[in-house]
Amino acid sequence: MTETSEPLSAPLEVGFDYTRSLGSVLGRFATALRQRRITGVRGSDGRVHVPAVEYDPLTFEPLDELVDVGSDGTVLSWSWTPQPLEGQPLRHAFGWALIRLDGADTALLHAVDAGTPDRMRTGMRVRARWAAEPVGGIRDIACFDPVEDAAQQAPAPADSDEPVTKLTTPIHLHYRHSASPEESRYLRGLAEGRLLGQRCPACGKVYIPPRGACPTDGVPTEEEVELPDTGIVTTFCIVNVPFLGQRIQPPYVAAYVLLDGADIAFLHLVLGCAAEDVRMGMRVRAEWKPRAEWDTTLQNIDHFTPSGEPDAPYKSYAHHL
Amino acid sequence: MTESDVAVVGFAQAPNVRATHGTTNGVEMLVPVFDELLDGTGLSKKDIGFWCSGSSDYLAGRAFSFIAAIDAIGAFPPINESHVEMDAAWALFEAWVKIRTGEVDTALVYGFGKSSAGDLRRTLAMQLDPYFVAPLWPDSVAVAGLQARLGLDSGLFSEQQMAQVAARSRADAQRNPNAQVSGEVQVSDLLERPYVADPLRAHDCAPITDGASAVLLASADRARELRARPAWITGLEHRVESAQLGGRDLTASPSTSDAASAADATGVEVAELHAPFSHQEILLRTAIGLGESTRINPSGGALCGNPMFAAGLSRIGEAASRVWSGEAGKVLAHATSGPALQQNLVCVMEG
Ligand SMILES: [Zn+2]
Repeated sequence: MTETSEPLSAPLEVGFDYTRSLGSVLGRFATALRQRRITGVRGSDGRVHVPAVEYDPLTFEPLDELVDVGSDGTVLSWSWTPQPLEGQPLRHAFGWALIRLDGADTALLHAVDAGTPDRMRTGMRVRARWAAEPVGGIRDIACFDPVEDAAQQAPAPADSDEPVTKLTTPIHLHYRHSASPEESRYLRGLAEGRLLGQRCPACGKVYIPPRGACPTDGVPTEEEVELPDTGIVTTFCIVNVPFLGQRIQPPYVAAYVLLDGADIAFLHLVLGCAAEDVRMGMRVRAEWKPRAEWDTTLQNIDHFTPSGEPDAPYKSYAHHL
Repeated sequence: MTESDVAVVGFAQAPNVRATHGTTNGVEMLVPVFDELLDGTGLSKKDIGFWCSGSSDYLAGRAFSFIAAIDAIGAFPPINESHVEMDAAWALFEAWVKIRTGEVDTALVYGFGKSSAGDLRRTLAMQLDPYFVAPLWPDSVAVAGLQARLGLDSGLFSEQQMAQVAARSRADAQRNPNAQVSGEVQVSDLLERPYVADPLRAHDCAPITDGASAVLLASADRARELRARPAWITGLEHRVESAQLGGRDLTASPSTSDAASAADATGVEVAELHAPFSHQEILLRTAIGLGESTRINPSGGALCGNPMFAAGLSRIGEAASRVWSGEAGKVLAHATSGPALQQNLVCVMEG
């Protein structure tokens, strides 16, 4: 191991809009929310569950009798959030509460806009505050207010009768992604136009990128090996299908390139010839971007291009497929 | 012991720390843990019949993150491997079944998590009902606070008793070299500290921890070869409660009670309880029926280091080590997964 500086790390943002089908019971609960009504489902034992559930938690019987419950309720428990986190119902300090709505037997989890924790107490009465534009989800309830603060007049029910069948929940999570010490050395090498692999001390294989552990031996790769920017195509595919985020006009070739002296191929582009002319064993060399554009990424190599040398014989790379 | 019996014969863990420089695939933590675990057993990685792990893509921020961790094993030629998206105590359950079927005679179970890579309190909202709860992003500390308040209001425990749990845990953790938090603290001092999520103070909440652990299981014959006094698993059960937080009795832990009763927890001398919040230890003691004579969390427990997806497995390793040493004859380990003790596993072991 030649690494002395800290591993590279960078922010990683992960986001996805989860879209879920609701089915009959949850769909009717969501539809009612869009109409500024709260419903529950009657369980096998007569208890009313809010939010609605599709199956009885005790008997596991399917349930489907929806009943209206009140938009006022009683706080069964609460905790205080001095600094709300991203995505939570309120931007200022608030209380989370388990709220048993009038006519319900189970408790709904939601936010109470009480201002300060000393206004929160178990047993307090709260009332739903409706979002301005309901869409058919739990956030149609913006939050709950202490009843003494709440508007006396409930807002007019929203007049949409169209059933809600889908729920979309955007999920955004933030990470700090860290590369391993071995990967960091490789990425820093790229910024200098060098291709640094490492050799496994047990099996002698040369990996690029180097590995935190050799997948055959389970030990970190160690001895540094600088590789040339020439190699062969071991296998490839011709991409004909357009997709979101695509940067090159299809058709083009994505190929596994095995650098000379390496024991593992990596995925890159092969350009500079017709897609149908690319073949297994074809000799290629890197086309680097202008030095001013280099960063700590493999994108410093724009693509690989045929070098014009004779193809490598199949048996020279058969064990790398 | 009969031929279908299985024993815990090895345990190793990475230091519990606030943040590592490592990757979210856990390789850097796992390589030394596996080395330590196998060291002295005469076994090499190639001798392990089955590998099973617990970890989470949400913690890592990428899909199929457990696949990269397999590099730490050395997975070529192909190995017999599985994974659960839960605490690795549940991976141990799968491995236990695998040995009992007679398919393999050794299994190495591991869990790992780099909680520091993301914002753990938000990430854990992904465990909640995705329809009508998770879209509000309730964080794990807030949800635990709701559970604690229910217990406080109903007189099951006091804030003082919660602080006593924290103080005792930290004192015990002074003898655990892998603990993240330890030390002598006064209960009265703890009670003067501010709330982080009223009614929870910082000492009531497990720290955010990066870590990994691994446990070695063996069949009856192999266990006797590998350890003079194996920790025989005499009961291993897990139960789950409803995903509807507001429909559960959060002041009891019926799933723990049922698992403990099915596993026969009577008469255990030491119990390692996976309680990431101080009040949860009190709820778990009651749910299992542990009396004053049972030593609780001599390791310091999750309040002194809570590597997500490994902390429950670590409880099994810690409890087993009390059997190996002869310190106890019958021990219990508990693991939890999900919000507010939703899923619970109880493992009873005897010397
Ligand atoms: Zn190797």
